[in-house]
Formats: sequence, C-alpha cells, structure tokens
Amino acid sequence: MGAHAAHGQAGAATAAMVAAALRQGDKMIINMGPSHPATHGTVKFVLTLDGETVDDIDIHIGYLHRGFEKMSEQGTWQQVLPYTDRLNYVSPLCNNVGYVMAVEKLMGVQITPRCSYIRMLVCEISRVTDHLTALAAGALELGGFTPFLYGVEARETLYPIVEELCGARLTTSYTRIGGLRSDLPDGYGDHVIAAMDKVLSLLDKMDKLLTKNRIFYDRMIGTGQLSQQDAIACGVTGVMLRSAGVDWDLRKHQPYLHYNELDFDVILGHQGDNYDRYLCRFEEIHQCNKMIRQMLRQMPGGPVNVGDWQVVLPPKAAVYNSIEGMIAHFKLTIDGHQVPAGEAYQAVEGGNGEVGFYVVSQGNGRPYKVHVRAPCYYAMGVLKKLVVGGMLADIVPTFDTLNMIGGEVDR
Amino acid sequence: MPLTGNVILDLVLWTVIKFAAFVLVFVMGTATVLTWLERKYSAVIQNRIGPNRANLGSLRLGGLLHMLADPIKMLTKEDFSPDTANPWMFRLAPLVAFVPAMVVFAVIPFGPGEHMMIANTELGILFIFAIASLNVYGSVMGAWASNNKWSLMGGLRISAQMVSYEVAIGLTLCGVFMIYGSTDLQEIVVAQGTTLGGVVPAWGIFTQPVAFVLYLTCAIAENKRAPFDVAEAESELTAGYWTEYSAMGFAVLALAEFVEIVLIGCVGATLFLGGWQIPGVHGSTPGLMAVQVAAFLLKTLFVIWLQLTIRWTLPRFRYDQVMRLGWRILLPAALVNLLVTGVALLWVDRN
Repeated sequence: MGAHAAHGQAGAATAAMVAAALRQGDKMIINMGPSHPATHGTVKFVLTLDGETVDDIDIHIGYLHRGFEKMSEQGTWQQVLPYTDRLNYVSPLCNNVGYVMAVEKLMGVQITPRCSYIRMLVCEISRVTDHLTALAAGALELGGFTPFLYGVEARETLYPIVEELCGARLTTSYTRIGGLRSDLPDGYGDHVIAAMDKVLSLLDKMDKLLTKNRIFYDRMIGTGQLSQQDAIACGVTGVMLRSAGVDWDLRKHQPYLHYNELDFDVILGHQGDNYDRYLCRFEEIHQCNKMIRQMLRQMPGGPVNVGDWQVVLPPKAAVYNSIEGMIAHFKLTIDGHQVPAGEAYQAVEGGNGEVGFYVVSQGNGRPYKVHVRAPCYYAMGVLKKLVVGGMLADIVPTFDTLNMIGGEVDR
Repeated sequence: MPLTGNVILDLVLWTVIKFAAFVLVFVMGTATVLTWLERKYSAVIQNRIGPNRANLGSLRLGGLLHMLADPIKMLTKEDFSPDTANPWMFRLAPLVAFVPAMVVFAVIPFGPGEHMMIANTELGILFIFAIASLNVYGSVMGAWASNNKWSLMGGLRISAQMVSYEVAIGLTLCGVFMIYGSTDLQEIVVAQGTTLGGVVPAWGIFTQPVAFVLYLTCAIAENKRAPFDVAEAESELTAGYWTEYSAMGFAVLALAEFVEIVLIGCVGATLFLGGWQIPGVHGSTPGLMAVQVAAFLLKTLFVIWLQLTIRWTLPRFRYDQVMRLGWRILLPAALVNLLVTGVALLWVDRN
C-alpha cells in the first residue's frame, strides 16, 4: 500500500488523460518535467495542449520525497529539528519555530519573552528571504534575468544575517525546545537594520524594473486567477489566499508568540491572479521590514531559554561541575525530552502560508508521529484550476507565484 | 569600362579585400567579441563580475579570452544529434541560419563613395529584406529536424513571429525611402549629409523618429532576442528551437544571432544615424574617409549597445502578445507613420 498505490493511481489518471487526448486526435501530449527549467523543485506536469492552450494537466509530485515524517519517528524530539530545515528550504527558520512550538505546546512549556521576540524576528527575516526568492524567480521565469539577480542579491544580504545567528545559511536548526541555540550575537540589531536597508534599495530596483513594466504587467495580470471559493475550498493559505482577497493571516487572526504586540497590516489582493500575488509578496516584505524594526526596538531583555533542565540543556558550567547538571544533560541527550502522551497541532504563518506541525507523543522521548501541514501541498492542489484554459507560457509564472518548494510538498 | 581580364581580377581582388576587412574582421570580429561582451555587459548591469576565468598565464584581459576559449570548447565537445532527428536537415539548419545573415553585409556602405561597399547594387535594402528573411528557414528547419516537441513549438512560434514582423519592418522602412527617395543604401546615406534647418543633421532618427523605434523593435523581434525570445523561451520551452543542438551546431546558431545583432546595428546606423556621415564634415581625402568609416563603425556599435541594454532590461512577452503587438500595434503604427510622412512630404512640396 502507500507509495505504490499512490503511484498506480497517478499513472492511471495520466493514462486516462492521454487516452482522451489521443481520441480527440489533434492534441499534443507533452511532458513538462521532472527536469524542466520551469519545474524547479522537481515536479512533473503531463500536459495536453491544443496549440499553445493548455487543455488538461496532470501534476505528479513526490520526486523529492525523503520520508521526513517517518524519519522523525526514529530519533528524539530534538533530533527532528534538522529535518525541518529541509522542508521549506527558503525559509527554514519558520519551520524550526513551528516545530518546537508544537512540542512546547504538548509539554506545556512557557518560553521567555526574549525568546519569543527572537523567534518572531527570525521568522520575519525568513519570510523576507522566502518572498524574495519567489519574486526573483518570478522575474526569471518571464525572462527578466536582471531583476532576478537583484532579488538574489537582496537574499544574499540576508543570508549572512542568518549565518551570524546559527552558522548556516540554510540548514539553520536555530531553535531548541524551550528556547534557542543561542542568544543574538553582539550588535546584531545594527547588522539586521543595515541588511534590511540594502534589501529595500534592491527591492526598489526590482520594483522599477517590473511592477509598472507593461510587458511584465501583461504577463501577470489576469493569469492564474484563483477565486475565493476555490482558495478556501482547497485549503490554500498564505499569500495565495490573501491575494484572492480573503483576510486570513495567522499572525493577526490566531496570534502566536508576541505578534499581537506588533503593528502591521495584512496585505490583501483583489482578484487572486499572478499580479496580485506578486504585489502581495512585495508589500509583505515592506511589512516585514516594519515589523523587524519594531521588534528590534521592543526587544525585551532576560534569558532566552527556560530555566528547567528537563526542557533545555543545562549550562556547560553546571554540566562539568555538578552531578545534577551532568545527569540532566545526559538524560536530555540520550533519553530525549519526556513529552507527555497526547497530541498537539501548532501552526505558524510560514513563507507560503500555514505551516502546521501535528505531533503525537506516547509519553516517551521519541515522537510517535510528526505530520507537517505543508502550505505548498494545498497550493499544488489548485494549480490545475489556475492553468487549464490558459496558455502554456502562463504555467510558468503561475507555478512560480505558487512558490512550490519541493522539500515541503514532498517531505 | 570593358571587362578585360585585368579589370575582373581587380574587381575580384578588391571584393575579397573589402569582404575580408568588413565582414571577416569587423562583422565576425564584433560578433565574436559580442559573445564575451554580452556576458560582461550583463554582469555590469546585474552587479556581477562576469566571465573572468579564461587566462593565458597572467594575461587576463577582463575575461576577453573567453571568446577564444569558447570555440575551442565547442569544437572539442560531442556534437550530439538525437537518434530520431532528420540527420541532413539537422546539420543543414545552422548553415541556413548563418549564411543569409552573413550575405546581407554585401550591400552595407561602410564608407563614402561607390567603392566602400562590397556589392554596389541598386537593390540596396530590398536585397537585405530578401536574403535576411531566408534566415527563418534555418531556425524552423532546425526545430523540425530535431524531432523534439519543445523544439517544434519554438519553430512554430518563430515562423509566425518572423513572418509577421517582416511585414511591419518593411512598412516602417518605407517611410525612410520616401524621405530620401531611394532604396540604394549609399544614396540614402549621402542624402543624410544635409541638415534640417541648418542645425540638426538630416539623419533618419530625426526625420523618422517613430520609424527608428519601430525598426529597432521589429528588428529585435526578427532576431528573436529578448523581449521577443519566445522561440527560445528557456523557462517555457527549455531552449526552444535549439534545444537539441550542442557543440558547433549550437555555436553556429548562436553566432548567427550575434551576426544579426551586428546587422541590425549596421542597418540602423545606415538608415537612421547617417551611416558614415559626420555632421559638418565634408570632403574626400583618404584620411577623412578613414575617419568616416570609423564613424560608421562607432554608430553600429551604439545600436548594438542599445540592443544589449534592451535585452538585459525587459522581461519576455508571451507568444500571443508578441503577435498582437506585431499586427495590432506595430503594423498600424507603421502605416500611420507612412501616412504622416506622405502628407508631410506633400506639404513641403507645396510650399
């Protein structure tokens, strides 16, 4: 069962589609992907084309399946964390935060205010890198190589900021259950402000090259249109949902961490087309910028980790000099966190929408089940509605504004 | 002059010399440098360093040696052709694309006097149209012969696009012929030596400003480069009509594109920027002629620079938008330009 049956069904669906196209005679059947320049993240579209018009599409996902959920059951609760980096790999910090929050919810751990603020800060930095990736790749899809590189350069100014936190650009693993790997480095706020200033200036350049460019506008407007009903019915979240005009942002409507203390707007679109999604991402970066500056101003002092040695590793001085510290260290490392039996679901607003972690514990040091609600997975579900009837060339920007991330969809 | 043996020998000799100097040295030289310049210039636009890895010992020249390294690489790579491809057409296509692009330089006047062009025919620009439009066959043949669906779609797009823009570009240039009263390129350049009201040189760009914009737009579309590169459209069609080409097959197709950039530059400079004319400078000493040839080449480089800048600034059209632009906007605009030019000429005649 499982993977084989799923593949069998996908094959049957494709076969039916191809057979129908062959019956009609003058249709072209073509494989777009899995290795195609537009299908970054590795996904395959089997297309039936009537000239350049997309008659039917069958979407095959799963090429990047690495068994995240199964792997999560093999180690301790803390050892799941590095896997979460590899879900949505353009905003790994959001996944880190989401996962530890789910475990903390199950354990009933209250994190410190400073930890909460730092988590929000890194989430917003991640959101900027995520949106920048989508915007830049979107320009590239439409042949705009120059704005693409401006976007990548903007992202590259933020990666050193992430690196300063945790030593890695992508495989961050920055959060810990009950806290963080470390506090912010010295002078971090100034570095963030300087980087954000540069990001905004590069974003401004992209804005000038794209937003009011007639060619770009014509390519984006009215293509890949998603109705509110479809968006809600298919469980689409994040920018895709908001671009359709649905006012739903977890940070605003189900505030977690300390988002209720921040002043920001939820950016909404009108008609849910590619252009709206583009503008929403653009404006959300500006909102992130606003929030990042607020958070740096309001950053509370105090410890970043909770003091409970059953949740967070004791300081090294205690490990080396006291028997309690050493025992706590070994218990946490070898046995793992003792999470009470039960289940919990915690969602955070990731780069692409609601990243939810559903964790089940049987009361020991290892997860019984970790499931990820990946926003891209649901977005891929509506892709067919967005592209059928449109032109072949429109698949490319539509697929980009979905911002499908293979690691997250296929897990 | 009777065509004695000596005269014919002279003619052949001079033609060969002119061909070598203009086509082989300037055109091919520029096209080759363009393969490096395009990457370097795009790097400048995009805040990158660009190619800088091809060195001879400590000789770096800012990566200029890439234009030598590339042919070596292309020549030594496997020249792959798909099993299902039509072998003859597949091999022939790059040549069919490349040769017409080279031939048209025969009628470009690169200096003053009837001898400063390779073939002095009265056909002039008509010859360019006739030969340059053969170019489309190369791309379409390559696309068809590849037996690849992505290539085929690129070929379909290209055939529709190039035929459409040929109409618009032809009507656009009619305005220029009306102003200067000839299709002979040398005569057009000579006619651009006067001034408008004694101040502005009577260049095509000043007498036919709309036509210049239309010409550049259509010409870039003819050359299927961004923003009109729907035939290649690397994000949609992998690489469009040249998906299956590798090694020298690819290199020749790519070089044909670069040669056409130079061609667009030459024709643009000839028709719209006064060719070899330098405002206020008249005479026929050899030294002056050399300066005028240099002026023509500089103007050509200017139009080439313009094309590169456009290429690296604008995103790509969608195929149907390209066609709509061609038929619904550029073609009517060319017709209106023609009408206005005609009315203006009549008005000038009456007064």
